[in-house]
Order: sequence, then C-alpha cells, then structure tokens
Amino acid sequence: MSTTETGRVAADIVRVHTPYRKGLPNLPVYLKDLWDRRHFAVEMSRTQIRSQHLNTVFGQLWLILNPLLLALVYFMLVLILGRGRGQHDYLPHIMAGLFLYYYFNACLRGGAGSVVGGGRLILNTAFPKALLPLSSVLVAAYRFMPTLLVFLALRLVKGDGLSWTMLWGVPVFVFLTIFGTGMAMLFATLNLYFRDVSNFLPYMLRLWLYLSPVLYFPEQLLNRLPPALDHVVVLGNPLFAPLATWSRVMVQDVQPRPLYLLISACWAIAALLVGSYVFLSREREFAVRL
Amino acid sequence: MLSVSKALAVRVEDVHLTYRTTVERRRTLRHTLFTRQRSVFEVEALKGVSFDVPHGSVLGIVGANGAGKSTLVRTIAGILPPTSGRIEVHGRVSTLLSLGVGFNRNLTGRENVMLGGLAAGMSRDEVEARYQEIADFAELEDFMDVPMRTYSSGMYSRLAFAVAVHMDPDVLIIDEALSTGDARFRHKSSERMKKLCAEDRTIFLVSHALGSVKEMCTEAIWLHKGRMVMQGAPDDVVTSYTKFLKVGEDAITMEDL
Repeated sequence: MSTTETGRVAADIVRVHTPYRKGLPNLPVYLKDLWDRRHFAVEMSRTQIRSQHLNTVFGQLWLILNPLLLALVYFMLVLILGRGRGQHDYLPHIMAGLFLYYYFNACLRGGAGSVVGGGRLILNTAFPKALLPLSSVLVAAYRFMPTLLVFLALRLVKGDGLSWTMLWGVPVFVFLTIFGTGMAMLFATLNLYFRDVSNFLPYMLRLWLYLSPVLYFPEQLLNRLPPALDHVVVLGNPLFAPLATWSRVMVQDVQPRPLYLLISACWAIAALLVGSYVFLSREREFAVRL
Repeated sequence: MLSVSKALAVRVEDVHLTYRTTVERRRTLRHTLFTRQRSVFEVEALKGVSFDVPHGSVLGIVGANGAGKSTLVRTIAGILPPTSGRIEVHGRVSTLLSLGVGFNRNLTGRENVMLGGLAAGMSRDEVEARYQEIADFAELEDFMDVPMRTYSSGMYSRLAFAVAVHMDPDVLIIDEALSTGDARFRHKSSERMKKLCAEDRTIFLVSHALGSVKEMCTEAIWLHKGRMVMQGAPDDVVTSYTKFLKVGEDAITMEDL
C-alpha cells in the first residue's frame, strides 16, 4: 500500500496485493491514483463519442439532431394527449426539462453499463475502476452541451433573449452531475451483481421521467395532489427539485426557491456518498465477477 | 531479508485463489423463483503458490490448460485479489495478457495506444513521446489510423506487444502473446525482451511454446492444477514437464510433489 520513492532502477514503486476484504481502499492512495489518471477518463469519453457516430452519414451532427428529434417526439405526444395546450412557455419548458433529464438518464445508463462493458480493460489492467463510471458521466456531459445550445437558440428565436437569472442553472447542473455520478457508481456495481438491473433500468427511467416535472409544470402536479403529498413528491423524488428549479430559472426567468436548491444539494451529496462507498468497497472484486 | 544478491522484484507468498460463481443447474423461472439455495461452483485456481523472483530474471511459467498460469500472473498484476496469501511487487508492472490489452475494436490503433498508456498510468506527453517508437516497432504504418476491428490477429498482438514493452515497465507480464506473430516478429520481440532484461527488468513469460521458454528464460516454474510442481532452470523444468506430458497424469501423484 505504501508508495515510496527510493532510487530509479529497481524498486521505486512497491505494491502489495493482499486478499480482498469488504471495506474502502486506502482513500488518499486511491484518490491520488484516480487523479493521476484523469486524462484517461477524458480520452475515454472523447473516443467513445467519436466512435458512436462513426458510421453514420450525419456524423457529429447527431449531437444536435438527437435532442431536436427528442423534443419533437415528446411535444407531439403531449399535443395529442391535449395537456398543456395554450400554456405559455410550454415548448421551452419541455425542451429544457427533457434535455436535462436525458443528461441524467445518460449518466445512469452509461454508468450502469460501464463496468460490465469494460470487461477486457478490467481483466488486463490494474487501475482505479471508478474511472469507468466517471468517464460515462463525462460522455453524458459532452452530449448535453450541444443540447443546451439548441435550447438557447430556441430562446433567441422566440425573442426571449438571455437573462442573468439563467446563471442559476449552473448550480442545478452541478448538483445533478454529482447526483448522476453517485447513481452511476451505484448502478455500475448493482449491474455487476444483478445483471437484471440493466433490464429494469429503461422502465425505471421512463417512469421516473413521467413522475418528474418535465412534460408538465411542477405546479400542475402539486395543485392536483392533496397538500399532504406535496412533501412526499418534492423531497422523495430526487429529480423533482432540480428539474423544477431548472425550468424556473431557464424558462420562466424566476429566481429559484432556496429550499429546492438545498434539496438538490442534499440528494447530490447523499448519492455521491452512497454510490462511491458501494463502488469503492467492492471494486477489487470486480475482476472476479465479470 | 534477501538471501539473493539481486534486488527482489516479486515475492509471492502462499497465494490461494478461489473463483466462486453461483450456478443454476436448471434454468427455469419456477426454479429461479422458488428455490432458496443455489449451488455454488468453486474453482480453486491457485492452491498455495510461493516463490521469489529477483530483478533481471525472465521467469517462464509452464503448465497444462487450467493450471492457473493466467490467474497467477493476474494476481501479480494486481487485477485479481488473492483469496489468501500475499504478493509484493517492486516496480511498475506492464501487462500483456492473452485477451488483449483492453483494446476497443472500434477505435483506431492510435487511440488504443493512447488509452492503454493512460490506463497504465502514464501521462499524455509520455505516451506521445513513445508513440512513434511503438508504431515503428509494431510495423503497422497506415493501419495505426484504422479501427482495430480490421486488424488481423497477428497485427493485434504485434501492437499489444509493442505497447507493453514500451511502457517502461519494471515488471513485464506476457501471457501467450508471442505465439501469433510471424517468425521475424518473434525474433524481434525476443531481442527486445533480452534488452529489457539487460536493463535489470523482470519478465514473466507464460507460454506453451516450450522452445521459447528454454531459449529466453533464466528460470522457470511449472504449475499443475493450482500447485507449483517445480521451480528451477528452464531446461530442467521443460524436460520434466515434457516427460510428464508424455507419461500422463497417473504416473505422478500430486502428493509427491
């Protein structure tokens, strides 16, 4: 476990491999390892994006086309179902919410597949495996950026312009990223032990979308529920507070509710602590489980 | 602590490794839902292996299929944690294992070299500095910028070998990798390995090619069903191993060894 620097030739690094025990690895050493290899995560996510659209005609244009088609599909769906017609700001709300939701979705799905899909790398190289879910969060973030541009373009086209309030979107994005990272690590581990998770995940994520204020405004849901259930929804759904805040600051140009920011932050920290504990305490066993 | 004059590279102390998997003998829904107990399938891949390797040696590891050779080198590389026992490794380990080096087939050779290097803990600059050397050594030329799924298996292993030996390893682990190159490349890689040894590095060579074990190694061990049967000069170990292969298992009971 100790890393000592004594002379170049033979023994400047000493590693001792001992049996796997449940529990955290030596955190300072682990974090240093992780930091030393941060370029790996960056490079990994870059090449992943490059290879995803390698054989398509439109190539990298899909980074813009995907969110546009996504917004179109859901907008049509909601028009047909007849909800929200005539609501002011409806299209921007759907777009902003969908794009942020799909960012989280990509973190979670990418993370869940990262360890199981990293088989060869895990079997052949000793490295801090947290790099795998981290790089899928990076992939999701890279893919989120163009969708943000699409949204901003929509605002400009509609004549809404930009406002300072929108800067509140930054903390929302940060909290959701931390929450997504924790969840990515948690589901990467779960998926390894119960492969059924990857079968459940698409349905879980779809349900989560419908339970969150994306296709409707947060007030629409809260007004219809008995007041006693308000807290359950706002506190119990980790995506409710960030998505509601996101729509407020990005679409309606209204200052965020401090309580909602606080809830988002708490969920983010809780998910990161739980996710990284579960992941780090078991990652030495991953190679045996693959 | 050291009885040998040379510095210790790897010390393996009484290492056991057991793979455990739950197996369902009858894969039916009813069975899955209503059976509490699932049969656990255990494989003892290593049963108490111990040896020391000083720096500058080439250790050949021979043994029949399923002897635990690959498992042993994976525990030394720190990829698999031992079930019990202790392994001490002095220096940077570079692995070239039989399944490829974590290569992603949809990426180009160049991208894979970068990823492999970064995963092994090098900086971007360090990899770039070595890139040309790696490309030259693998003799892939224009293929470096083509996705690796178009590579032949020989090209694959040439690149893997080139990456592993240029990582500036103190300890290099090679698992069956030399078998796919052509004669000229094998000659070139054995030259490269001799050079690494001359620089006081340590090489583990897992191979079924007994000829190259005799030719390149300074020491050899023979594993059988997770136990170390013999350790010694490569010629002796290979001779006994060949004899054992011819005679068959019955002639040697494991308790005698």
